[in-house]
Amino acid sequence: MADSGAAPTRAVHAAIGHDSAPRHVSGEALYIDDIPEPPGLLHLAVGRSDRAHARIVGLDLSAVRAAPGVVAVLTPTDVPGRNDISPFAGDDPLFAGDEAMFHGQPLFCVAAESLPKARAAAALAVVEYEDLPALLEAEAAVDAGSLIEPTQTMRLGDARAAIAAAPRRTSGRLRIGGQEHFYLEGQVALVIPGEGQDLHVWTSTQHPTETQHILARVLGCPDAAVTVEVRRMGGGFGGKETQSVQWAAMAALAARLTRRPAKIRLDRDDDMVMTGKRHDFVTDWTVGYDADGRLRGAAFEMASRCGFSADLSHAINDRAMFHADNAYAAPTAEIVSHRARTHTVSNTAFRGFGGPQGMMGIERALDAVALDLGRDPLDVRLANLYGVAGDLTPYGQRVTDAVAHELMTELAEDCGYRARREAVRAWNAGGSHLKRGLALTPVKFGISFTTTHLNQAGALVHVYTDGSIHLNHGGTEMGQGLNIKVAQVAADAFQVPLGSVRITSTRTDKVPNTSATAASSGSDLNGMAALDACEQIKARLAAWAREAFGHAPVFAPDGVRVGHERLSFRDFVNRAWMARISLSAAGFYRTPDIHYDRATHTGRPFYYYAYGAACSEVAVDTLTGESRVLRADILHDAGRSLNPAIDLGQIEGGFIQGLGWLTTEELVFDDRGRLRTHAPSTYKIPTAGDRPPVFNIAIWDRGENREDTIHRSKAVGEPPLMLAISAFCALTDAVASVGGHRVMPDLDAPATPERILAAVADVRRRVGA
Amino acid sequence: MGRPIRFLLDGEVRELPDDTDPTLTVLNLLRYHLRRTGTKEGCAEGDCGACTVALGELADGCVRVRAVNACILFAPMLDGRALFTVESLGREGALHPVQEAMVHRHASQCGFCTPGFVMSLHAARRGGEVLDRAGLADALAGNLCRCTGYGPILDAGLDTCLDTGRSGGDADDAALTGTLEAIRPAEMLVLDHRGRRFLAPRSADELAAALADNPEATLLAGGTDVGLWVTKQHRMLETVISLNEAADLARIDDLGHCVRIGAGVRYADAEPVLTALHPAFGELLRRLGGRQVRNLGTVCGNIANGSPIGDMPPALIAAGATLALRQGEARREIPLEAFFLAYGKQDLRPGEFVEAVIVRKPPGGRIFHLAKLSKRFEQDISAVCLGLSVGLAGGRVTDARVAFGGMAAIPKRAGAFEAALAGRPWTEAGVEPALEALSQDFRPISDMRASAAYRLEAARNLVRRAVLESAGAARLHDLRPVSA
Repeated sequence: MADSGAAPTRAVHAAIGHDSAPRHVSGEALYIDDIPEPPGLLHLAVGRSDRAHARIVGLDLSAVRAAPGVVAVLTPTDVPGRNDISPFAGDDPLFAGDEAMFHGQPLFCVAAESLPKARAAAALAVVEYEDLPALLEAEAAVDAGSLIEPTQTMRLGDARAAIAAAPRRTSGRLRIGGQEHFYLEGQVALVIPGEGQDLHVWTSTQHPTETQHILARVLGCPDAAVTVEVRRMGGGFGGKETQSVQWAAMAALAARLTRRPAKIRLDRDDDMVMTGKRHDFVTDWTVGYDADGRLRGAAFEMASRCGFSADLSHAINDRAMFHADNAYAAPTAEIVSHRARTHTVSNTAFRGFGGPQGMMGIERALDAVALDLGRDPLDVRLANLYGVAGDLTPYGQRVTDAVAHELMTELAEDCGYRARREAVRAWNAGGSHLKRGLALTPVKFGISFTTTHLNQAGALVHVYTDGSIHLNHGGTEMGQGLNIKVAQVAADAFQVPLGSVRITSTRTDKVPNTSATAASSGSDLNGMAALDACEQIKARLAAWAREAFGHAPVFAPDGVRVGHERLSFRDFVNRAWMARISLSAAGFYRTPDIHYDRATHTGRPFYYYAYGAACSEVAVDTLTGESRVLRADILHDAGRSLNPAIDLGQIEGGFIQGLGWLTTEELVFDDRGRLRTHAPSTYKIPTAGDRPPVFNIAIWDRGENREDTIHRSKAVGEPPLMLAISAFCALTDAVASVGGHRVMPDLDAPATPERILAAVADVRRRVGA
Repeated sequence: MGRPIRFLLDGEVRELPDDTDPTLTVLNLLRYHLRRTGTKEGCAEGDCGACTVALGELADGCVRVRAVNACILFAPMLDGRALFTVESLGREGALHPVQEAMVHRHASQCGFCTPGFVMSLHAARRGGEVLDRAGLADALAGNLCRCTGYGPILDAGLDTCLDTGRSGGDADDAALTGTLEAIRPAEMLVLDHRGRRFLAPRSADELAAALADNPEATLLAGGTDVGLWVTKQHRMLETVISLNEAADLARIDDLGHCVRIGAGVRYADAEPVLTALHPAFGELLRRLGGRQVRNLGTVCGNIANGSPIGDMPPALIAAGATLALRQGEARREIPLEAFFLAYGKQDLRPGEFVEAVIVRKPPGGRIFHLAKLSKRFEQDISAVCLGLSVGLAGGRVTDARVAFGGMAAIPKRAGAFEAALAGRPWTEAGVEPALEALSQDFRPISDMRASAAYRLEAARNLVRRAVLESAGAARLHDLRPVSA
């Protein structure tokens, strides 16, 4: 599609606010729990396992059934179809049957006349357990051979030999914590039964299609009987890609069995205990390099805690492998990935989808290389970048769009990196118990679902005879501004005011068989599908106009020009309708040129890469381990941004979310597998005060996608999260200063005060101070 | 028996019957009874602020409007007060300036936390606060956003709260004062919900009598702890006695050598008084809960609930505070540290209650130092909290009062350490030999906030840091980035 001659008034590339913003701020935006409750509504509460791993030898629900207000109690035997809500592996029961696989696993659910009655009744169950051995940590599970699939390996050349032969070597182990999504709106679904088997489902999900298919599977009815609708989510971040389905399925089952509407809304603590999180990882890294810090080989052995079922862990761990190189070209590489099956909640998608964990190893390794050589880590990073040191990834894709070097050098210049490096060094040479750290790191993030068939999307566009446009697509709105971006595309296609385009809720009966709104792909895929629908309608209009007027129409902001005639868009489409031209189209898009062979871990899984760079300056208190990000500077490549206002919001929000993952957010499971940090009182996401007091964010003005994406933009949902790795590296730098940068700190993530203090003590011990 | 709860919503009188469930939360009242769904439930424990509403009440004849968490506020606590929700401000097409600014700055993404932020900003602005970026971070510390990274919200706050910007505030206040005067309760509120009762005595005397009659009753102050018994532990409270209407308990009295803080005094009202005693109190209080919690919670409640991780006890023990206890007409006063007997067990007799805490004004020439360690700087519960007061003569410690929170099953003085410190020079080297005594005083536990080893090491280091800071060492939160 040609994209030349952009007029300044175009809807695309303009900084336009979120379409729902006025309703957000006034409280008028409706989330599922805000929908007026239908008469006869049943409320659901979940009864769950309080053992990590046990045989269930008795489940006495008589007191539950007899409790006031209880209408139905749902157990595995009440499931008419399959007792499985897994996306593909078949290992994720709606309700545990004979065996509880994690602490918090749903065993049954109560439908009652009110939520307090349902909750009170659920507490009356008498469960008899026979405890079984529980594997709680990834390493223990790997040692015991408990994996969700065989260990995967990706190889480029002979990395072990190259490392052994390299002039210098260094290695280490990095533990990387998981992360709770903490979407502000918890999991929620409302189901209203229709005629026969029909169900209408309102749910807060990133994946309406999968919800539809799984509900049909659970209920044993055709997909076509289930309609799933999503207007908006109060945050998703990956936590509502698969994890939303179980609750919708319970409500659907209750509605099916009672013929009454049913709602389920998880309390925050229940939500945090019962839904999966970002995988925690343990990564062993080894690199060999020359005296200039150029890598000869890099080897990573990762183990992740997947939890009790597969969920999306195959693809998440694949993505961790794909991003073990981050932006760096190692001439040889070996990436080994163990996917541990543990008796904990099944971990799941979370913004970055394994990519963030994957990148951490090489960033730690390059800091260690720099420390060993006494070089500035920025110089070591620059020397190893794709585009400088090579272009071949460990999975055989060539990096042809490398811009990290440009971004990093521009950012280093803009933020005064070199002078500040000296100032930090000078401060740390003083005697203060406060130490400073600085780091500038890149992000290169592969765009496309690595499961190739998911890279498809649909849209539905109706033009009405008054010139208004009904826009529907398969993507879901979770705050990321997808709807406004796709509306901009549609308005631009017809050259009509943005207000003419009506954004509507995502529904499986309008656009079927969609992929999850995930992998940062929302606007890439759905924008193109919507454009296809618009272009189909425009092509019909053009064919008709050439016949009727003898000229092709030109769509312009001031109306449609046909030869010498100028009509308003409204008059033009109305006349087309009179001529019996169809003004409705279903659009479709599939990402071209991508392929991947998972058996050999080679191919071109990514259509293109998104890039960014960030510089963080931190300070740590070496007496308490407390830390603070004092300043952050970001330069991010959004291609030709579809909407700079929305994209800036994604960049800033992603950075802060990543910062929380690496600093204050700590998931603590006890030795019985119970999550101890299951509410905001104990699980601490960043507050406004954690935002760096100096924070400069810019979208790279030279950004452009070399691939033919929607208006040459780039995906922006996930990549910025990984910019926060700069802060973690800066914290490591500050800790290293305690030992005069003579030893590499073993700082693990999240860098809580306790971990920083332990790393400081360890550095002191190792340098003999 | 027999009068309704009477409150204002959008300035109009609303009534709830005298059999209203005493622990019905304002959030559930709004969402499921009044169908005002702009106020959201994010956590139901007062930590995320998605349910923030503004509560107006009369104080000394003036109206005071403050942000509070509706999720842990019981409906009877609305009696005689004015409630404002996001729906009170504006609608799409006719937005309030705070809402306009939020839209203009792209300060909403998913939008779920947004009404809470709007209400926090509105309440701050309505209260005439002038807020810079740091002030805004404090005013918004009780509101969590997972999408934006906060920058645009802070910008919207600067747009609306940095200039005086108090449009028509005085006229609004006068009108509201009048309406609140008009619904000022003439008699004590008594509710009976199928035998579960709520009583709101109007004076300390009435309260003492009510508690004597109902020694098993739950005593309710700000509800920032008791609220969670209901929303999280799903406890059925049989009889609740609220001290929120006892005007004489809401007083702060300056007694010359000390200040007496009544049981009903909110953190927000104690903050300026305690800060005037010593600035360290102000810094500690600003990190205790979010603004919404401090607008409801009380200093005495933080003591009375006996938590080992409350921040007020170590600070007040170090300051030599005493506790005024009352049982019927019987009164006694004990040193604050003597109140805490064992985990969950306080020196409190049946029907007895904490009437006030009496805080001595620190004499000049002492080192008074408070410190708190937590995973997150703002709005987090302490892993370790230190209160330290040291008398010096000729650079040596004459006497020390040192108390820790988070180090034992109760807030506790470090007796062995205090003794070891006496006579030592107040220098890094001077205090060093005394620090080992802390391991005699404390055997901390490991939990989700910190390990035992960290707690003990950090406790020693907090003392070391107190020495450094009293000699003028820089503090982490005062550091600025280096210049290029």
